[in-house]
Amino acid sequence: MSYQVDKNGFYGEFGGAFIPELLYPNIEELQENYLEIEKSPAFQEEFNQLLKDYVGRPTPLFLAKRLSAKYGGEIWLKREDLCHTGAHKINNTIGQILLAERLGKKRIIAETGAGQHGVATATVCALKGLQCIVYMGEKDIERQAPNVARMKMLGAEVRPATSGSKTLKDATNEAMRDWINNPEDTHYIIGSVVGPHPYPDMVARYQSVISKEIKEQLQGLPDYVIACVGGGSNAMGAFYHFLDDPSVQLIGVEAAGLGVHTDKTAATLTLGTPGVLHASRSIMMQDKDGQVVEPHSISAGLDYPGIGPAHAWLKVSERAQYLAVTDADALTAAVECSRLEGIIPALETAHAFAVLGRLGLKPTDRVVINLSGRGDKDMDTYMKELDLFQ
Amino acid sequence: MNNKLTALFKTKPKNLLNIFFTAGFPKLEDTSTILSALEQAGVDLIEIGIPFSDPLADGPTIQESSKIALENGMSIEMLFKQLHQFRAQNAAFNTPIMLMGYLNPVMQYGIEAFCKRCQELGVDGLIIPDLPMYIYLTEFKEVFEKHNISNIFLVTPQTSEKRIREIDENSTGFIYAVSSASTTGGNTAFTAAAGYLGKLRDMNLNTPILTGFNIKNKQNFEDACSYVDGAIIGSEFIRQISQEGNLQNQITNYIQSIR
Repeated sequence: MSYQVDKNGFYGEFGGAFIPELLYPNIEELQENYLEIEKSPAFQEEFNQLLKDYVGRPTPLFLAKRLSAKYGGEIWLKREDLCHTGAHKINNTIGQILLAERLGKKRIIAETGAGQHGVATATVCALKGLQCIVYMGEKDIERQAPNVARMKMLGAEVRPATSGSKTLKDATNEAMRDWINNPEDTHYIIGSVVGPHPYPDMVARYQSVISKEIKEQLQGLPDYVIACVGGGSNAMGAFYHFLDDPSVQLIGVEAAGLGVHTDKTAATLTLGTPGVLHASRSIMMQDKDGQVVEPHSISAGLDYPGIGPAHAWLKVSERAQYLAVTDADALTAAVECSRLEGIIPALETAHAFAVLGRLGLKPTDRVVINLSGRGDKDMDTYMKELDLFQ
Repeated sequence: MNNKLTALFKTKPKNLLNIFFTAGFPKLEDTSTILSALEQAGVDLIEIGIPFSDPLADGPTIQESSKIALENGMSIEMLFKQLHQFRAQNAAFNTPIMLMGYLNPVMQYGIEAFCKRCQELGVDGLIIPDLPMYIYLTEFKEVFEKHNISNIFLVTPQTSEKRIREIDENSTGFIYAVSSASTTGGNTAFTAAAGYLGKLRDMNLNTPILTGFNIKNKQNFEDACSYVDGAIIGSEFIRQISQEGNLQNQITNYIQSIR
């Protein structure tokens, strides 16, 4: 079974490029060039050099002894939180800015949920001296204020998305509309493994450095790789080089919000059905009429009613397993990780930690959790939601 | 039932006026009033928008009308019910009707069932902006043809000549030329599109061309028609019927101001 994209841009039945004709030339340009550019020695050299000297890669793989003692097994943390800007998102934005530069684009747009992708985009735009506009849901602008300030300090313009649920989905709609209106000079840096082909594959390739390093650092295969999933880019990066190693159990963790049986949830793969959202066929949360359901998660980065098509395929083909974690359990896990390991994780990442107790680990099991981002940006939410601050 | 679009274009008409409105806006039950008023005012083609929660190719005006329409309770099933009732009460109604909607709601309805209902209700064409040509050709074309439904493709100023020719070959009905690469209802001066529409005209395509996006008034309409076979007004029409007042009069007055 292949878990890679096929020549038409599909993972099994999922993927494709369901784009309005208005975006056809942009997408065609990317489809025709992304692989060739990525494989060119000049791109590789600059990409690797920036990942090393600018992002700080390779990120450490850290043995979390106190978490291991609590849950059994050997728990390793892949420290993407130590990347420049504080999350894995920059691996992708470095790749895409180099691509955009080679395609002669002058203006960069992006969508952001938690603001990590927006910050990572603003960062690489500053690095390359390109204009940067970031669309962000109005609700997320409120709950992720530190990241909004960072983007502005980096010289980006942050435009609020005021439609729908005023979160990541709506920011993505606005970014796509911007691209339709500015088709020639603009590159759209999508922040996750979503959107029309070639984005899911392209973003997965730029993020795949995560699993490449894990494989080298662990010197052997883990039994589990665990990552949180909104659109799914950190998970895809962490899974990528293990997809063809069937002994490695891949676990994606979705946001259950208030619970998968409530109407306040973002557990797309648990609850969703096949459909087309943001220009690819995947699994999405929708009502019987095919209207997109407004999601809910305490974490802005997971508050999304869709998921990357590759994850839909990994789920349907049973290569990966997807679990859901509530807001409350994610908060508890965030405190636990902070107190047992001295690492305050992002709220998104905290969801991944919350499944440790469900795995029934054996002492010999080796578990890698992708610690996709640090929690500085979430301190407002932590202070508001956690009893210890009351 | 014959396809009225194909029949209309057989006579090689010019200056065609195509009006778009969102089903379920301003009020859920306005569909029949709007259809009748448009035909009486002498509109040549009518495009009914099926509201979607995430209308990617639409600007603020149609986003807003879609949102209100959904809140009003509009759905594909509801629209079909209204069209069924409308046909029963307006046997003489003869203007071609197209539906415009995003792919996901149509997929959830089921493409076969959707096309079958369209044919039964005298819907002559479909515009699905996020249905790419290659998916149409491989997965949808057969069903559309079986139910005698035209698929309307879009072209933009960025579409290559090669692709325009390909679209021309696969089109029945007309080609929808977006007058500037933009979401609906934008403000780009129409004159900027003149070169592009002239180029389209000079390509001598087999399929008639209507142009849309950013056409607001008589001047825009006449400018557009001097290059191609007709024009589509959407956002501006929505703005007109958004105002307080008698819906029927608003429609009559606005269409008279264009023609």
